[in-house]
Amino acid sequence: MTKIYIPLDMAAVAMGADRLAAAVAKEAAARGQQVEIVRNGSRGMLWLEPLIEVETPAGRVGYGPAKVKDVASLFDAGFLAGGAHPLNIGVVDEHPWMKKQNRVTFVRCGVIDPVSVADYEAHGGFVGLKKAFEVGSSAIVEEVTKSGLRGRGGAGFPTGIKWKTVADCAPGQKYVVVNADEGDSGTFADRMIMEGDPLSLIEGMIICGYAIGGSKGYVYLRSEYPICATVFQAAIDAARAAGWLGQNIKGSGFDFDVELRVGAGAYVCGEETSLLESLEGKRGIVRAKPPLPAHVGLFGKPTVVNNVLSMATIPMIMEKGAQHYADLGVGRSRGTMPLQIAGNVKYGGLFETDFGVPLGEIVNDIAGGTRTGRPVKAVQVGGPLGAYLPQSLFDLPFDYEAFAAKDSLIGHGGLVLFDDTVDMAWMARFGMEFCAIESCGKCTPCRIGSTRGVETIDKIRKGQDVEKNIELLKDLCHTMKFGSLCALGGFAPYPVESALRHFPEDFRKPALEAAE
Amino acid sequence: MAGAAPYNDERAREIIAAHLGLEGPALPILHALQAEFGCVPESAVKEMASALNISRAEMHGVVTFYHDFHSAPHGRHALKICRAESCQSMGAEKLANEFLARHKLEWGQTTPDGSLTVDPVYCLGLCAHSPSALYDGEPIGMVDAETLDELVQEAKGK
Ligand SMILES: Cc1cc2nc3c(=O)[nH]c(=O)nc-3n(C[C@H](O)[C@H](O)[C@H](O)COP(=O)(O)O)c2cc1C
Ligand code: SF4
Ligand code: FES
Ligand code: FES
Repeated sequence: MTKIYIPLDMAAVAMGADRLAAAVAKEAAARGQQVEIVRNGSRGMLWLEPLIEVETPAGRVGYGPAKVKDVASLFDAGFLAGGAHPLNIGVVDEHPWMKKQNRVTFVRCGVIDPVSVADYEAHGGFVGLKKAFEVGSSAIVEEVTKSGLRGRGGAGFPTGIKWKTVADCAPGQKYVVVNADEGDSGTFADRMIMEGDPLSLIEGMIICGYAIGGSKGYVYLRSEYPICATVFQAAIDAARAAGWLGQNIKGSGFDFDVELRVGAGAYVCGEETSLLESLEGKRGIVRAKPPLPAHVGLFGKPTVVNNVLSMATIPMIMEKGAQHYADLGVGRSRGTMPLQIAGNVKYGGLFETDFGVPLGEIVNDIAGGTRTGRPVKAVQVGGPLGAYLPQSLFDLPFDYEAFAAKDSLIGHGGLVLFDDTVDMAWMARFGMEFCAIESCGKCTPCRIGSTRGVETIDKIRKGQDVEKNIELLKDLCHTMKFGSLCALGGFAPYPVESALRHFPEDFRKPALEAAE
Repeated sequence: MAGAAPYNDERAREIIAAHLGLEGPALPILHALQAEFGCVPESAVKEMASALNISRAEMHGVVTFYHDFHSAPHGRHALKICRAESCQSMGAEKLANEFLARHKLEWGQTTPDGSLTVDPVYCLGLCAHSPSALYDGEPIGMVDAETLDELVQEAKGK
């Protein structure tokens, strides 16, 4: 019996993984070959999806990107024994793209059967939780604080401090809420973990619940991820069946359960207080802070809200110790960041590395430049609220403070490459349009300002009073930045201002054309 | 969407009742109603308001806040084309605009035969395979004009 891995990851499925898995099963049956097909997560080399992996004595050998039409030739080439074939990429763990990484959060993603508790445990799963049960609440919080882990959802707030605030609240109902709304364009790390190693997120949530004294966890997942919902629900069911969720978990005396909730297509519901409103069944209108969700959160109770990546990294921190994690990275950006490389890119995918890698190295060496083969003009880092960065800033190290110093942000770690055909005035317009579509409507600068922004950029693009309207646009950005309650209105100016600053010529095209 | 049942109050009340044990049950109920009936009609909103003991206006406010819920049935099939930044870097805006023009549609509209509704979506997490689309929940990476046109034909047939 040969073990074959074909990802169930949404990106792999989008490139034909389901049809491929069916074709492999059919061909194996027709040839009388005994195979066991495991649907794993993706390894993150997304340009190779669907990537088939075959277990051989030398290790797991990869073939990709594989199509249904390749199946017969793969069997002919003896791929079940790791045979030579044009799609053969060698042993996957030895692939240069994999070897250059430091996988901490994603160590099991793509390796194991995502919904098998036994497989998870065989790869170090639940070791962190067992340790957490031994050391107790305050030692867990201390460990998370010492690790230097900062929230991976965008704001970069120290996770340990958030947990301590909730742990210090008077005993009673408390909640663990995981933010899986992942609305940023160019990001897919939350999705990949929840499809490829969902039990690590569940384990992180149990540890959090134990640390703060809460017995209920919610995961708020965006509705655009249907496969993720199915896989994650299966993981919850498997964990419960194995006694890792429910009452008196493994004889610890601790009760904890996790419930999956699906959002309904509102970007702003990724903002933590809007998310809580939505979980409560209300309109996703942002709440004013204070009070912080840590004090007055879900249904008014003390609540930890963490991003998927923050929470899924906790088990590794508990297993290996805070110091191990804190030793990685630079400055105040400790540990690793799962970069998501996307857009007009040759080697798109998930690349986890210590903080501090220069932007240019990510774009040119890791990502291999653009898919179209044209020069890179701009990289948008950190989703729709992140800045567009030009080649002249490619020496910028990937770390929270270095990016902030350049009026940009790393956000959730997404990088979107654009080639030299992009019109930055159009992208600036889109940024404003997106803010107008997704605004929760609570504050005027965001709700009205974004629509004014679209109109003003339209005038600029038509060559109407260009310099005057650019000044107006800058003013508008200023008002939005300082007059908005949350970061949707507050950060929407970043892409616009960066486009104005780094690509001024794109806003003066009609004038240029007229002068010619 | 495909296989939606015609709306009836009794069935709606059953669906609502099945979720009343949850904390904050509104979104799960709305998803379940829409899965059953293909939309959340005003009468269902009324049933929900009375079951959750809130005003109809408030319930209506919740339903209309979210892009996913709609009050009237959509086409039998749903096509969502991504127009967020990553997909735009690979020409999604032109692809979508030309597609809509070819089929004489605007965003949010349904083909005259009621077979397909086309909506924009803002990122599907398939950004390494931009441009992307979602057809009845099935993800499609590196989508092109030909594939989109095929989906229109496929939707017609079913
Ligand atoms: C408009 C907006 C959208 C956001 N979307 C997300 C999201 O999709 N996922 C996320 O984890 N955080 C998102 N955030 C950040 C959250 O408000 C919050 O900081 C985060 O969930 C806290 O978790 P962390 O500390 O682990 O990062 C968003 C913030 C804003 C203002
Ligand atoms: S900035 Fe925009 S999204 Fe945020 S609270 Fe104000 S109106 Fe709502
Ligand atoms: S509260 Fe409605 S816009 Fe200010
Ligand atoms: S931007 Fe289109 S899939 Fe992410």
